[in-house]
Parts: sequence; C-alpha cells; structure tokens
Amino acid sequence: MSINTNVLFFELALSFYFIATVVGIIWLFRGKKATSKLIFVIAAIGFIFHTLNIIVRYIEGGHIPITSLHEASSFFSWCILVLFFILEARYRIDLLGAFIMPIVLILMLSSSVLPREINPSLNPVLKSYWFGIHTTLAFIGDAAFALAAGVGVMYLIQERNVKSKHPSALFQRLPSLQILDEINYRLISLGFPLLTLAIITGVIWANTAWGTYWRWDPKEVWSLITWIIYALVLHLRLSIGWRGKKAAGLSILGFILVIFTFFGVTLFLKGLHTFV
Amino acid sequence: MNIVIVGLNHDTATIDIREKIAFDEKKLGEALEILKNSPEVKENIILSTCNRVEIYANAGARESGAEHIKQFIADFHNVPRDILEKSLYVYTGSKALRHIFRVASSLDSMVLGEPQILGQLKDAFDFALKKKSTSVLLNKLMKKSISVAKRIRTETKIGESAVSISFAAVELAKKIFEDLSTETFMLIGAGEMAELAARHLINNGVKDVLVTNRTFERAEELAREFNGRAVEFDAWLQELVHTDIVICSTGAPNYILVKEQMHKIMKQRKNRPVFIIDISVPRNIDPSINEIDNVYLYDIDDLQGVVSTNIQERNKEAEKAERIVDEEVEAFLKWQASLAAVPTIIALRDKADAIKNEELQKTLKKLDNLGENEIKSIEALTNSLVNKLIHFPTAALKSEGEDKEIIIDIVNRIFDLNTSSSDKTGSAEKNGEKGNDKRK
Repeated sequence: MSINTNVLFFELALSFYFIATVVGIIWLFRGKKATSKLIFVIAAIGFIFHTLNIIVRYIEGGHIPITSLHEASSFFSWCILVLFFILEARYRIDLLGAFIMPIVLILMLSSSVLPREINPSLNPVLKSYWFGIHTTLAFIGDAAFALAAGVGVMYLIQERNVKSKHPSALFQRLPSLQILDEINYRLISLGFPLLTLAIITGVIWANTAWGTYWRWDPKEVWSLITWIIYALVLHLRLSIGWRGKKAAGLSILGFILVIFTFFGVTLFLKGLHTFV
Repeated sequence: MNIVIVGLNHDTATIDIREKIAFDEKKLGEALEILKNSPEVKENIILSTCNRVEIYANAGARESGAEHIKQFIADFHNVPRDILEKSLYVYTGSKALRHIFRVASSLDSMVLGEPQILGQLKDAFDFALKKKSTSVLLNKLMKKSISVAKRIRTETKIGESAVSISFAAVELAKKIFEDLSTETFMLIGAGEMAELAARHLINNGVKDVLVTNRTFERAEELAREFNGRAVEFDAWLQELVHTDIVICSTGAPNYILVKEQMHKIMKQRKNRPVFIIDISVPRNIDPSINEIDNVYLYDIDDLQGVVSTNIQERNKEAEKAERIVDEEVEAFLKWQASLAAVPTIIALRDKADAIKNEELQKTLKKLDNLGENEIKSIEALTNSLVNKLIHFPTAALKSEGEDKEIIIDIVNRIFDLNTSSSDKTGSAEKNGEKGNDKRK
C-alpha cells in the first residue's frame, strides 16, 4: 500500500513538473506576464507531492532516500526546486522557471526509468552519520550549479540579443545581463564551498569506512575535476575579471561535468560509489 | 442616451488649428461648465493635448448634439465654422465607442502604443468628475475605456519596445545594467539627439554624469544642465575606466577610440560591461570594439534598426488590439441595450402593481367577513397572476436581439406606459416626467 502511495506521489510530481515545463516552453515563445506566476504554482504543487514521496520513502526505508540512483536523481531535482523557489522569492526573475523546469524534468524522467525498489538492507558503509552530511552537502551544491547553468543559458541568450543588435522576442522579457551575471556568480559562490565540504566529509568518511582517505575511485576523480572547474570560474572572475559570457559558458561546462559525475560515473564507470 | 464625440487630431488638423482649439487648464473648467448648462448636452468631458482635442458628450440627440458642440467650439475659441469644419470629426453610437477605446489604447496616436495618452485621458476624466460635468453614462464609458486600454497593454505587446532612438538607447542600457542609478554616464560632445538621449538616461535613474567637449566651456554648460561634472577633453579616455554608459557625438572626422585602447581599458575595468552609443556621423568609435567581450557598441544605424523592428512589432500587435476593441465595443453595446429596457421594465411592473392593488381593494371591500387566511389567499392569487402575466413581456425586454428597440416600443404602447427610452427627443422626455408625477 505505502509503496503504491509513494509511487503515486512520484507520478503526480512528475506530471506537474511536466506541465510546468511545457507551460514554460510555450511561455518562452508567446509569453504573457501572468504565466510567470502560473509556472511557479504548478511547480509548487508538484513539489508538494514530491516532498510527500520523499517522506513516505524515508518512513518506509528508515533512512534518507538517496541510496539508489532513482532516489538520488529524484532528491537532486528536489534540491534544485528548493533553491529555485528561494531564488524566485528573492529576485523574481521572469522566465527563470522556463529554463530551470526542463533540468528538473530531465532528472525526474531519468529517475522514473530507473529501478524504484526501496533498498531493504542498507549497505553497512552507509550506516554512518557522515552519509547524511556528505550527501546533503553534495546535493545542495550540485543544485546550485544546476541553477547557475540555467541562469548561464539565459545570460548567453540575452548577451546574443544585445551583441548582435537584432534583439529577438525574448529580449524584452529576459532580465538584464548584470543581474544574470551576478546571480550566476552568487550561485557558484554557494555551490563551491558546499562541494568543497562534501569532498572533505567524503574523505573523512572514506577513512573511517575503508581506512584510506582517497582511492582514485572514478567518482572521486570526476568530482575533483568538477571542483577544479568551479575553482577556476571563481578564481578567474576575482583575479582577472572573467565575467559575463566566459563565466556563463564555464558554469554550463561545470554542470555538464556534474551531471556526468552523477549519472555517467555511476552507470558506466564502476567504483566504490556505485551504490549511489 | 447618446454618446457623441466631436474632435480633431494630428491627422485631421494642422498645428495652427490645434493650437487655436486647445483648451488650456484655466479655460477647461469654464468650458465644461458652459456645455453642462446647455440643454443639448447632459454630460461632457474635454480632452485637450498637443495632438488632439476631443469632447465626449452624452447628448439628447445625435445630430443636434454634435451640431451644438461644434458651434460651441467655434464660439468658445472664436474660430470661423468653415475653418473648423474641415478638421473636425464626429462620432456617434458604436463608432464613438470604438473611437474612444482606440484613443485610450493609443491605437489612434501619432506614435502607436505611446503610453501618455491614457494618463491624459484619466486626467481629463478626473477634472470632469471634479467639475461634476459627468454622470452615469460617461463615467461608465471612461472606466471602460481605461480598462480596455489596460487590457490591451497586458494582452498585447503594443507598448513594449522603444520606438524612438533615444528610448531604444535607454532600453538597451536597462538590459545591460540592472540599476541605472548606480552606473556612471559620460557624454562626449554635444548635439540635439545626444542630449535628448542623455536626458532620457537621467530620467531613468542615471545620477553620476560626466560631460566632455573640445570646448571646455560647452562641457561646463551641459554639465550644469545635467547636474554632472565637466571633464577636459584630453582626459576622457582615463575617465572611461570607470564609466559604464557612453554617448559619443563629436564632429571628429576619424575614430577617437580604437580597439587597442579599448582592450587596455577593459583590462583596467576588470571586464565590467560598458555600453557605448556612437551617434556621430562619421562614426567616432571603431566599430570593431563591439567584438570585445562585455563591450556593447551601437551606432546610429544599429539603433535605427532596433527602432524599425520594434515599429513593425507594434503594427503587428495593433491588429490584435483592434480585435480586442471590437469585442469590447460589442460588450458595451449590449450593456447599453440592456439599460435601455430598464425604464420600461420598471414602468410595466409599477403599472401592473397599481392595477392589482386597485382591483384588490375593490374586491376586498365588497367581500365582508373574510378571515386573515382568506385575505392572504386572495392576495397571493393576485400576486401570482400578475407576476406570471408580466413575466413574458419582461423576459422579452431583457433578451438580447436586434429588434430590441421595437420590443421596447411595442410594450410601451400595448401597456400604455408613460415612459420613453431616453433615445428620443426632449418632448418624449417631458412625457416621461409627467409619467413620474402621475405615479407619485
């Protein structure tokens, strides 16, 4: 019964995210101002079901539901939405939803095709309080990077509009380059320390679980590469003013790495992290 | 109830006629007063802007109302009728509705979609309200016009993008910088268009203003005007390091800023974005600096290009807006038609009640020894008879149809009602008043 309940909640959340994405895309092409609120409301309804899904799975499994790729991917998109709502409340950026909801939807669709069983017996390694800390830090950090990439795409479109001197229909509705650049920077400044802490807690946890800090496991390697990219984004901006187009481009590249580390490594390169 | 509009605008009248006909603030109250006190006009509002003068009236009759207003304009401004006649237009009925909706939504403006007209119309309405020269019909009409204009603003993009070069410059600046009040602006040179664009930027929040010119006195003069600071001409390049928006308009025959220099400046700026508008002909700034990241250079042709795209866009949006106007005109006509039947419905009801009460009293007098219950039963019987009988004509009066006026007329005649829909002339109204007296 409760398995059915959590499946139902998941499907409902997925459906609402799907509607929000479609509305968002229509909105891009023939927008009216009122749609801005609409997409927010539809996503929020989906989010409520999503939250219920996570709670039911937590109760059922007795642990944070991020122990399979299905759960992790779903939790990842949940984190993106939390940050999206905060960003909307803080900046009220028109059209942001249209760029964020597709990312959420893709993650949820990936999650939906992966095996959904709740892990009955938890890998003993995961029975550690480091597990919660490490994963939560990593997920929130990755969510910030996802939003930074979405905002980066918006920046690149708007930059093209201004630079080409032939503004497209989106010119009026996209926000200013300056605010997009600033939000991109803030998101990376949030994501980077979280990723750093996630790696540090991971290292400590690895030591308590396996007795070694670092084993060049593919996930560790790719996380490190991601970390280096974002370190570079921040460093270049602060030292020689790599802002705007270059920063936006790098933040999109960084997020591609995040996604690869997340799915690619788990699915294609076997390693210690394969339980996630 | 007849809506009559008499007026002229930039299309129909030259500036010298518009000047003569304009009602300035001092005379406006007086004009409203005179029209209000004339027997032909029940309500009136006067809109007077530099592009149009229009009088919106609720007149007793269309023809004579329009004629009266025309004569009033001629007398008030002391202009011969024959000069006026060529410029004035008259709209009545549904055409009047369409016209006022189009004016309010800026579909009839010289610059399609410009936003000022709605504010001017609101002011004219407020003034008329204050002078008590309006009542039910014009109040409803004005409120509807304002809401139609707002609907068109939200449902179409008619007012969205800039259609003049200086506004296009401001709009671009706002899409590069979030808050113009925190940016530094420099005007290099002078010139009508450059100064206009500078003024628009300042109106949109720019506070920190630098002005430079080959003749330093000229720079100082403009700096005073813009509340800014004058900069020596050979120092402007250094100032560019911390300037975010530049308008350049000098008579220099060659480039005063080339790519090499801009590269250096961007390095010093740590790549903070800069928006440069070069409206000089020949151009003063090397066009290739637009290739540098975070540098946005627009010359006069670029701005003109943006403006003409926007104008095309507005023309497309205007078609949508016209459809909305059509819809709203229809809705208003329906409302008006339903209103026309109201006096007849009331009169019918009153008459039926009067007959019922009279007959009831007669009957009750004849019948003695009736108990409470019997009296109540008889009253209930008469009530329900009357209600059921007048239900049919009432329903017919309330229905929407082209033959509505005929139905109103027929019901009035069949039931010998002393009312008239006020669409008729003064004599009919007097009958109506008598009717009221009778009932009292």
